[in-house]
Amino acid sequence: MGRRILITGLDTFWGGRMAQALERDPDVEMILGMGTQEPKVPLERTEFVRADQTYSILSRIVRATQVDTIVHTFLVVDSTQVSGRALHEINVIGTMNLLAAAGQAGSPVRQVVVKSSTIVYGAASSDPYWFREEAPRTGPVRSRVERSLIEVEGFVRDFAEDNPATVVTVLRFANVLGTDIVTPISTNLSRRVMPTVAGFDPLVQFVEEDDVVRCLKHVTRRRIAGLYNVAGDGKLPWSEVLTMCAARSLPLPPVATRAAASVLIRLGAIDFPPELESLLRYGRGVDTSRLKSTGYTFRYTTAGAVENFIQAVRLRRTVGSSDPAYTFDQDVEQFFRHSPAIVNTTGNPEDDGQ
Amino acid sequence: MAIGKEAPPRDQRAALVPLPRREPEATHNPRLSDVDEWGRSEHTRQLVRRIYNPIYKHWFRAEWEGLEKIPRHGGALLVSNHAAAIPSDAPVIMHGIEEELGRPVYGLADFFFRTAPWLGTGWARGGGVTAHPDNALRLLRDQGQLALVFPEGTKGPSKTYADRYRLRRFGRGGFIEIAMRAGVPVIPIAVVGAEESMPILFRLPSVARALGVPYVPVTANMLAFGPLGTLLYFPAKFKLRVLDPITFDVPAGQERYSKSRVMDEAENVRMQLQETLYDMLRERRSVWFG
Repeated sequence: MGRRILITGLDTFWGGRMAQALERDPDVEMILGMGTQEPKVPLERTEFVRADQTYSILSRIVRATQVDTIVHTFLVVDSTQVSGRALHEINVIGTMNLLAAAGQAGSPVRQVVVKSSTIVYGAASSDPYWFREEAPRTGPVRSRVERSLIEVEGFVRDFAEDNPATVVTVLRFANVLGTDIVTPISTNLSRRVMPTVAGFDPLVQFVEEDDVVRCLKHVTRRRIAGLYNVAGDGKLPWSEVLTMCAARSLPLPPVATRAAASVLIRLGAIDFPPELESLLRYGRGVDTSRLKSTGYTFRYTTAGAVENFIQAVRLRRTVGSSDPAYTFDQDVEQFFRHSPAIVNTTGNPEDDGQ
Repeated sequence: MAIGKEAPPRDQRAALVPLPRREPEATHNPRLSDVDEWGRSEHTRQLVRRIYNPIYKHWFRAEWEGLEKIPRHGGALLVSNHAAAIPSDAPVIMHGIEEELGRPVYGLADFFFRTAPWLGTGWARGGGVTAHPDNALRLLRDQGQLALVFPEGTKGPSKTYADRYRLRRFGRGGFIEIAMRAGVPVIPIAVVGAEESMPILFRLPSVARALGVPYVPVTANMLAFGPLGTLLYFPAKFKLRVLDPITFDVPAGQERYSKSRVMDEAENVRMQLQETLYDMLRERRSVWFG
């Protein structure tokens, strides 16, 4: 029997991407996507169910659909997107309900994959230059995103302990750059003005968006348990990222950085979430040898991810956005999924299609 | 075939006809600088060496003894005594080894450097790395590099002139444990001259607290040269003696080693360095001419 997979946040970037990737895998029998809004990307066979952001109906869904795997992509790592309250609801309460549903008596769930972030390590002067998965963060927790993700990972750890038969996978992704994803860093770089903290030129890591999806698929397909760092090989000084992207540096003073930044944020000149500030001072590096030992090979290095990103930006600057507008239409989608007129074709299991 | 060389667009949805996504080429390197994963830039080091060479040769007139004991390949932990208000020993050791042996030296230091704007960036480009055990292990074991460490920490350079050449406590022996775990030798280097290059007369602890720095010294250089003396060294003669490499007959890669063994070895290194310093001072006729 094929895998029956539930994806959270189908309407978000990662949920949509992950559903598309899994659809090409004939070993996946059924994909169910939950989202607060309609999916924003075209999907062939993924079933969509609308749910509120804290998944109060999840227990029912899990029982009724007998999903064996949950891929939890709906975790907010960018605090500019939502309010502090919503962030807490989505990350903390959402994950709590998700794990409660996955751990209920007689649960069919055999694997839970959680998309976390290297933000949980923070960025401080006393950090090691390369974090291994078990290394503790050394600095105080300052931003809401950090706090909520640390709480989420705590829930997941407890869940893994209480459910030893379930494969629990946590992936900590470095900052993502890619062809399509929009993050505060990508927004600044596309505008060609990037805030920096004067006097600091930290070393940073990036992971390419295709590697994020490929990696999520890798651990899901092979049912790999554990905690893994995910980041492209190598590090770049922030100044080099700026040079590669032909972006000008907008230096903020090293003292009262937040106050200076808040003025510019209000003017709409820059995106500068609090979790970015410590990164632009001290940078961050994570050791990915554990992930590589599971057989995963990265397609992009850190420098490759930046290059790929800026090439996409250049193309967009010339020809505009190339994505055909897609609108979800319930009737059309139902036809393609359930009409006897449709001939089913499936792809190659290892095909990333990217 | 100019057209054939044209790169197809990365994003296949951008094309009218779907194009296969291009694999990143293995030979292509998009890097624009030579800053490595530690923040060190060989290009910057070259520039610094060019500027520093006259100071090394003509101001401090550094003279080495036993430089051949430092291996040309593989990891080793260099351990030295630490002195002068703005330590002059680290640049001399790093410059000397890089010039003579042609291999980089990473200087392990307190993470205070990383917090200082501009200074911290320059320090990192010049080969400075914070002395986190994970950093040292990766440098020594995984990459087979030379790392320089001052086990006295800030206790060394912050001591006053009256205490010159008296080694402070060697921390908790962390450097021994790292060398054991990495399976590399410890090579002690005794330095004479740094103490007199910028001697501290007294410290201002309350100012240091207010500024959030480890110590604020008042140096003889400030009295002699005025404001210029905060940066200008006295031309003390530098003599450096490399001692025999110390290896440990313990298996590498252990998470923990016997604390008493570690402390004994640390004390052993300290004693060797201290005695070598006394020997060198016995032989020294002049602070300025050696």
